[in-house]
Amino acid sequence: MKKNKTNFNLLGIALFVVLLIVLQFVHLDDYYRKIVNLSFIYIVLGLSLNLINGFTGLFSLGHYGFMAVGAYTTAILTMPRDAKETYYMLEPCYDWLKAIELPLLPALLIGGLVAAFLGFLISLPVLRLNDDYLAIASMGFAEIILVLIRTQIRLTNGALGLKGVPRTDSYWLFGGVALLMIVFMVLLTTSAKGRALVAIREDEIAARAVGINSFRYKVVSFTIGSFWAGVGGGLMATLIGTVNQVQFTFQLTFNILLIVVLGGMGKIWGNVVAAMLVTFALEIMRFLDEPMGSGFFKNGRPGVRMVVFSLLLMVVVIGRTKLKGGKKRAKA
Amino acid sequence: MTFFIQNLVNGISLGSLYALIAIGYTMVYGILRLINFAHGDIFMLGAYLAFYGMFFMSNVPWWGAFLLAVIVTGFFGILLERVAYSPLRNEPRINVLISAIGASFLMENLAILIFEGKPKPFPVPPLLDRSVKLGDISFNVIQIVIPVVTALLLVALHLVVNKTKTGMAMRALATDYEAASLMGININLIISATFLIGSLLAAVGGILYACRYPQLLPLMGMMPGIKCFIAAVIGGIGNLMGAVVGGLILGLSEIMIVAFLPSLNDYRDGFAFVILIVILLVKPTGLFGSNVKEKV
Repeated sequence: MKKNKTNFNLLGIALFVVLLIVLQFVHLDDYYRKIVNLSFIYIVLGLSLNLINGFTGLFSLGHYGFMAVGAYTTAILTMPRDAKETYYMLEPCYDWLKAIELPLLPALLIGGLVAAFLGFLISLPVLRLNDDYLAIASMGFAEIILVLIRTQIRLTNGALGLKGVPRTDSYWLFGGVALLMIVFMVLLTTSAKGRALVAIREDEIAARAVGINSFRYKVVSFTIGSFWAGVGGGLMATLIGTVNQVQFTFQLTFNILLIVVLGGMGKIWGNVVAAMLVTFALEIMRFLDEPMGSGFFKNGRPGVRMVVFSLLLMVVVIGRTKLKGGKKRAKA
Repeated sequence: MTFFIQNLVNGISLGSLYALIAIGYTMVYGILRLINFAHGDIFMLGAYLAFYGMFFMSNVPWWGAFLLAVIVTGFFGILLERVAYSPLRNEPRINVLISAIGASFLMENLAILIFEGKPKPFPVPPLLDRSVKLGDISFNVIQIVIPVVTALLLVALHLVVNKTKTGMAMRALATDYEAASLMGININLIISATFLIGSLLAAVGGILYACRYPQLLPLMGMMPGIKCFIAAVIGGIGNLMGAVVGGLILGLSEIMIVAFLPSLNDYRDGFAFVILIVILLVKPTGLFGSNVKEKV
C-alpha cells in the first residue's frame, strides 16, 4: 500500500516534468502562455493553502494578505531604477529603495521570506483561536496588511499600484516553482512531520496526548504556507507586470479555497488538477463578458462570466454532496 | 463638548445599524454554526428593492414600498437557505462555507448585472431627510429614526425569542442541535424562521442605511457585512445582546477615532479588524460568549 503511494507520487512528478518538456515544443500564443503559467501559480497557491487548511486543519482565510506582501516585495525589488522614478507618482519612492534592483529569483525568495516572517508574527496570536474565529481573525490581518499597503505611499505607491515590473513568461520559471512546491509537499506528507500535521487536523487533543507539540507545528505550517503564498504572489507580479492592491481581494482567497475544496482537502494531486481546471474554466468563460461574442452566445454582457462562475461553483459544491449521498453530520 | 455629543449621535446611529445586521449573523451562527456570508448581500437587496418599489409603484406611499421590500427580502432569505445551505446541512462545515461565499458572489454579480454597476441615488423620503438643530448640535431626522427603529425591533425580537414557541425552539436548537431535533422540533421550519427574521432585520438595516447614505451600489453590502459579522464576533457570536453591544462598540469607535484622530482617517477600514483581534485575544469567545469546554 505504502509502496503504491510512493509510485503514484513519482509517476505524478514524472508526468509533470514531461508536461513541462512538452510545453517547450508546443507553440502557444501569448494569451495561452499566460493562462498556462497562471495555472502553475495557482498550483503553488492551492498547495500552500492546502498545507494550512487541508493538512493542518487551520481554517485560514488570510491568504491574499500574504500574497500581496510577496507580490509587492518582489515587484519593488525587481523594478529598475528608472521605472521607480517614473511610476511613483503620488510621492517619490524612498531613496534607498531606488538603488535596489535584484534579479528575479532572489527577489522571489525575499518576497516569500517577508511573507513568511509576517505569517509567523501573525500566527502567534491568531493560532490561539479556533475554527471560525481563526478564519475571521486571519482575514482581519490580511485586511490590515492591505490597509497598510494602501497607506505606505512612499513604499508601495498607494492606490495607484506599481507598474513596469520586469516580466517573464518562461514555463521553466513558473512550472519549476510549481514542481518545487509539489516535491516539497510530497516529501513533507510522507515524513513524520507531515503525519503529525494530519494528526493535529484529525484530533488535536489526541495528537497532543501522544507528544506532538501542536502549537509549534501549527505555527510552522502557517509560516511555510505564508512563504509559498508570498512566492505565489511574487510570481503573479512578474507574470502580469503590475501590482495593485485591488487585485488582492477576498475573492482571490476564495478562488484558491475553491481549488483546495474541489481538489480535496489534504490531497496533493487533486489540488494540482483542480488548480489547472479552475484557472482554465475562469479564462474560457471570458467570452461571456464580450458584447460581440461568437457562436450561439451573442449577447454577452460584462459580469455574466462571474455569475456563471458562481453558479457553476454552487452547483458543483452542492451537487457533489448529493452524489455522495447522505453522510454523517460532521462534529460541531 | 458639542463636538463630542455630535459625534456621539453619529456613532450611536451607525452603531445601531451595525447591530441590526449583526443580529442576523449571530442568530444563524447560533443555530447552524455557519457564517452566512450572503447576509451583507441581503442587506444590499433590501435597499435595492425599496428603491425599485418606490420607482415602480408611484401611487403607493414610501413606507408601503419600504414595508413590501422588507417582506420580500425576508422571504428571499428563506429561499437562500433552502437553495444554498439546506442541501449541505450534514456536510463538513468548509463546504457549507464555500457555498455561502458562492451564494454571496452570485448575488453580488447578479446585482451588478441586473441593477447595473453604476451608483443609483436613493430618493430619501422628505420626512426623513430634514435636518434638525438642537442647540449647537445639528443632525438629520434619519439619525434619530435609526436608533429608535432599532430599539423597537430589538424589543420585538426579544419578545419573539423569549415568549413564543418558535423562539423557544430556536433557543433549543442553538443549545443542542441534535437533542432538539430528537425532541420533535421541526428543524426546517425553525431554521427558515431564523433566516426570515435575520433577513427582515437586514432589509430594514439596508433601507435605513440607504436613507443615511443615499447611494446604492451592488457591492454596498460587502463592507458593512464584514463589519457586522465582526460586531457579532466581538459581542460573542450566538448571543443577541452581544451583537447589539458589538455593533455599538464598532460604530462608536469608528466615528470617534476618525473624529478625534483625523490623521487616522486613511486607516478607517482597518479599525474594525484591529478591535476584533484585540478583543479575541483577550477573550477568545467574544465579550458575552460562553466558554465551551472541549470534549475529549
